[in-house]
Amino acid sequence: MSIEVRIPTILRQHTAGAKVVTGEGNNLDDLLSDLDTNHSGLRGRIVTGEGNLHKFVNVYVNDEDVRFTGGLKTELSDGDSVTILPAVAGG
Amino acid sequence: MARYASLADTVGDTPLIGLPHLSPSPEVRLWAKLEDRNPTGSVKDRVAKYLIESAMADGLLTEGATILEPTSGNTGIALAAVARHHGFKLVCVMPENTSDERKQLLTAFGAEVIYSPAAGGSNAAVAAARALAAERPDWVMLNQYANAANARAHYETTGPELWRDLPEISHFVAGLGTTGTLMGTGRYLRERRPGIQIVAAEPRYGELVYGLRNLGEGFVPELYDADVLTRRLSVGSADALRRTRQLLSMEGLFAGLSTGAVLHAALGLADEAVKRSRPADIALLVADAGWKYLSTGAYSGDAAESAETLDNQLWA
Repeated sequence: MSIEVRIPTILRQHTAGAKVVTGEGNNLDDLLSDLDTNHSGLRGRIVTGEGNLHKFVNVYVNDEDVRFTGGLKTELSDGDSVTILPAVAGG
Repeated sequence: MARYASLADTVGDTPLIGLPHLSPSPEVRLWAKLEDRNPTGSVKDRVAKYLIESAMADGLLTEGATILEPTSGNTGIALAAVARHHGFKLVCVMPENTSDERKQLLTAFGAEVIYSPAAGGSNAAVAAARALAAERPDWVMLNQYANAANARAHYETTGPELWRDLPEISHFVAGLGTTGTLMGTGRYLRERRPGIQIVAAEPRYGELVYGLRNLGEGFVPELYDADVLTRRLSVGSADALRRTRQLLSMEGLFAGLSTGAVLHAALGLADEAVKRSRPADIALLVADAGWKYLSTGAYSGDAAESAETLDNQLWA
């Protein structure tokens, strides 16, 4: 089981500059914990101490915002694509 | 009756058209609400009218006042037209990576344009406008991201029009920017049709636009209430471009690029409805037409090349 994760510029200090990393996990929570073992500090930038997604971070699984699909408990399958982005303004 | 006292009176009451060639079946239908049929050619004419009229009613805007607003284009153009009508001046703070047509139109409508850096996109424009507002307390910042009149414009006009024209509506899909369209229209429709799906199509740009210095610079509009939405989908430049071209070739509808993103999301919802053998009437909002994006090459030439060019521009 391998999940591709796209990392925004602002968090690449945790991935030695890599734009895309891979990890494993049955849900987003597990995946972020798995990623943190190789990319120290990454999880802490995305998840708050209370265990919620940081207000200014959006996470998408296959282009769908996880806040509407179960948050950190969003289930993952082999081949899924995860994208992490900072929240920016439109309009 | 198609006679109006003035151009300002033609805001709203836009056509809702079927998309017979893109709709997958007679039971699963797509409908497009043509917001380009507003006086300055975008959905923002509804918002500009409400922002300025409510500020006038509240006494915030008085004779000869100067309005300040961060905007990537359409809101600025719409505000400039209404401001001129009432004799106000307008200063827009706009990211430099927006299309040339938007810059020219703002100037043509009499607005003064101040540019903010491309990196950081609209976030940088919002920050620059806030700094300017602190320096110029006599200027009035209407703040489309936080002003309740933005969402109210849609609650009182866009929502009721859709409900009148498509009472069987099952999904409403629109672009997510200030969030005003989805918040106002979504609330109105859900009150009348509790099971309705309110779906956001969010533009996903290239890296430049997300070039914040730290996450604390991130921005969520004050108007945003996640409870109004059912789902939120992220659509990249290549998909938005492909769907914009598909809409033009299959339905003859010449829409802006944010509509391509909205159509991409709507077609996904239509596909799901077909797979589950459920009827669906999916209304999507066409925020503007394609004119302002011609210089980006989005409508002609190599699609992959155009998508790459678009990636670091604010196309929605």
